[in-house]
Amino acid sequence: MTDFTRRALVQGGTALGAASALTGPALLDWAKAWAQNAAWKPEKGATLSMLRWKYFVQSEDEAFVKLIDAFTKATGVKVNIARESYEDVQPKASVAANTGTGPDIFWGLYSLPHLFPQKCVDMTDVADYLGKKYGGWVDSAVKYGKSGNKWIAVPICYSGALINYRLEASKKAGFSKFPDKTDAMLEYAKAMKAQGTPGGMALGHASGDGNTWVHWALWAHGGQTVDAKDKVIINSPETVKALEFAKTLNSHSIAGTASWNDGSNNKAFLAKEVHWTNNGISIYVAAQNSAKDVAADMDHAYFPIGPVGKVTELHLMYPALAMTYTKYPQACKALIAFMLEADNFNPWIQSAKGYLTHCLNAYDKNPVWTADPKNTPYRDVAKRSLTAGGLGSVGEKAATAIADFIVVDMFANYATGREDAKGAIAIAERQLKRIYR
Amino acid sequence: MQGSNLMTDVALKSRLDKRPIQEPTSWDRLKVNKNWLGLWFMLPAGAILMLFLAYPLGLGVWLSFTDAKIGRAGEFVGLENYEWLGGDSTFLLSVFNTLLYTTVASVIKFAVGLYLALLLNERLPFKAILRAVVLIPFIVPTVLSAIAFWWIYDAQFSIISWSLKQMGLIETNIDFLGDVWNARWSTIFANIWRGVPFVAITLLAGLQTVSPSLYEAATIDGATPWQRFRFITYPLLTPIIAVVMTFSVLFTFTDFQLIWVMTRGGPVNATHLMATLSYQRAIIGGSLGEGAAISTAMIPFLLAAIMVSWFGLQRRKWQQGGDND
Repeated sequence: MTDFTRRALVQGGTALGAASALTGPALLDWAKAWAQNAAWKPEKGATLSMLRWKYFVQSEDEAFVKLIDAFTKATGVKVNIARESYEDVQPKASVAANTGTGPDIFWGLYSLPHLFPQKCVDMTDVADYLGKKYGGWVDSAVKYGKSGNKWIAVPICYSGALINYRLEASKKAGFSKFPDKTDAMLEYAKAMKAQGTPGGMALGHASGDGNTWVHWALWAHGGQTVDAKDKVIINSPETVKALEFAKTLNSHSIAGTASWNDGSNNKAFLAKEVHWTNNGISIYVAAQNSAKDVAADMDHAYFPIGPVGKVTELHLMYPALAMTYTKYPQACKALIAFMLEADNFNPWIQSAKGYLTHCLNAYDKNPVWTADPKNTPYRDVAKRSLTAGGLGSVGEKAATAIADFIVVDMFANYATGREDAKGAIAIAERQLKRIYR
Repeated sequence: MQGSNLMTDVALKSRLDKRPIQEPTSWDRLKVNKNWLGLWFMLPAGAILMLFLAYPLGLGVWLSFTDAKIGRAGEFVGLENYEWLGGDSTFLLSVFNTLLYTTVASVIKFAVGLYLALLLNERLPFKAILRAVVLIPFIVPTVLSAIAFWWIYDAQFSIISWSLKQMGLIETNIDFLGDVWNARWSTIFANIWRGVPFVAITLLAGLQTVSPSLYEAATIDGATPWQRFRFITYPLLTPIIAVVMTFSVLFTFTDFQLIWVMTRGGPVNATHLMATLSYQRAIIGGSLGEGAAISTAMIPFLLAAIMVSWFGLQRRKWQQGGDND
């Protein structure tokens, strides 16, 4: 029965009116049954407020609101949802943790709970329950979710950043698909530029696109900002190799990447100016609506493997945490568990159209990943992602280093020729040493 | 008639009897002191100033001596933040950028603003409409105009690059925001575009206070237009210029939105101003103490700007009939 409704929702697609008519009552029945059997009974008279990052796709938010409505109807717990740009969730959560008032649940970016681990409600029971029921958590989610032996947050989803590239231009340049090794990628970029179909990746202060690719490039060549003990080790021959790779790659790219922000490559790709770049699935989703020829002639690929010989991608994770000051911890746990139950999570992640990837292995089977084979690479981003800070801890320090664009600026400094490798690394090293002191 | 008079006399007398004349105490004096009363009337205003101006400023300065992070009070670390910034090439670059941005933009804003003001002060057809039109850049919300400029300067879709390409003047797009100096000039241009109306309209208001009889007298004496400007308009306008330019310099020095929307301080920090770097470090990066130190480091520059305009431009005794010192 549930399977049938889920399928129906898939076929309904964005036609939300039809979908809700089909799933509305069924979802509610299921939610009521769930609430009766759940291990977490919301406190009497509980109301919750939640601050979440602002959605990228409207349909995702609509599905999310529907899910929350079902929770409210089943448990009687009213939930207020506030939305903030994803960069603003962290400061607000930090202030709330410090002052002891604010939303009960925060749903933010990767290392958020590690900024104030003592202020997070212990979620071990929720995480264990979900992990057992849905095929276990992926490695990176465990690292993000746990502090010591305790789960301080529940990893909800990832948003993946992978290679987007045009098919026909690549074929013309002699590549039937995007290269899977960094050396070949340089050849590819060179050939693409030579035939007038260049690509490029952001070297400006692009929080998402800039950070994901430079960290990949650094790690792919064996460079690391810090070691496992958080000692700064950026000044290494491997880092130099990574910088040289990026400089060569950038010289084979379209001009202007140093000014790109997160949106620049999206619009340039959709306008057929850029033929390969790194991005979430948003270009493809937008192309399906507004540039069908681009959508038909593009595909996604994993980031190539570098000299280290293993996957070194970085993707954004979105954990949800409850604050210890909440008056209704059981309601918080119930809500977070409820969100990740198959009957809620499957249609929700489907409505996100590939923007968001699960951290629980069982959801690999969700039809969103196979209905369109071009979505498939994004299925694996949670499994492939390393954590912020590389070898080091995932806490505040890693978050600060990323927010301050230290690695991005190091690459941009060298790739644009403003600094030599030594100078670029020295600037980054000095800043990192202060953050990791 | 007589009786009632008498009665008041008696009443007055008895009251005076009860309270013999004595030396007023200092409290009695204070009670009737106008300054004392004035102090009380000023208190609410003073409290508001303390609460909303002095306290945040003091707190910012205090934070700059701590290692506070967002959401966590820091410990006192003395001048550590400043020592660190002294050797931080990004910070030093941002100081250079800020000074360049402020100097170039302010000078051009003043020149263009003054020119526009003089022009609008002349007899022109459609004067009222023209004056309103000049204000448009000032009326548009900064974020909106920043986004418009961001598109104008876009690496791939710039209307300027496109037009020049259509005309066959250039082969490839101009890299407005990706090249270090291009980015600096582009952001400065956007700031000028936005700041000129403020200067122009305020100076225009100043121009209209200059009495026409002075010009008439000068014309009769055979003064050239340049002499009329140099010896009548300019001296009488200096107080207004001082105020306008102080504000203009302060606004430019603390500019944030234009840069943040267009470049976020890029490319490779070439357009980071002190204000944007402070925001990036303090709010996005979470290092409140360091960000506060960057903000605090702006204060001496701002004070200097105020001093220069106040003492350099305003203290002209001859304006009040004395000699110029």
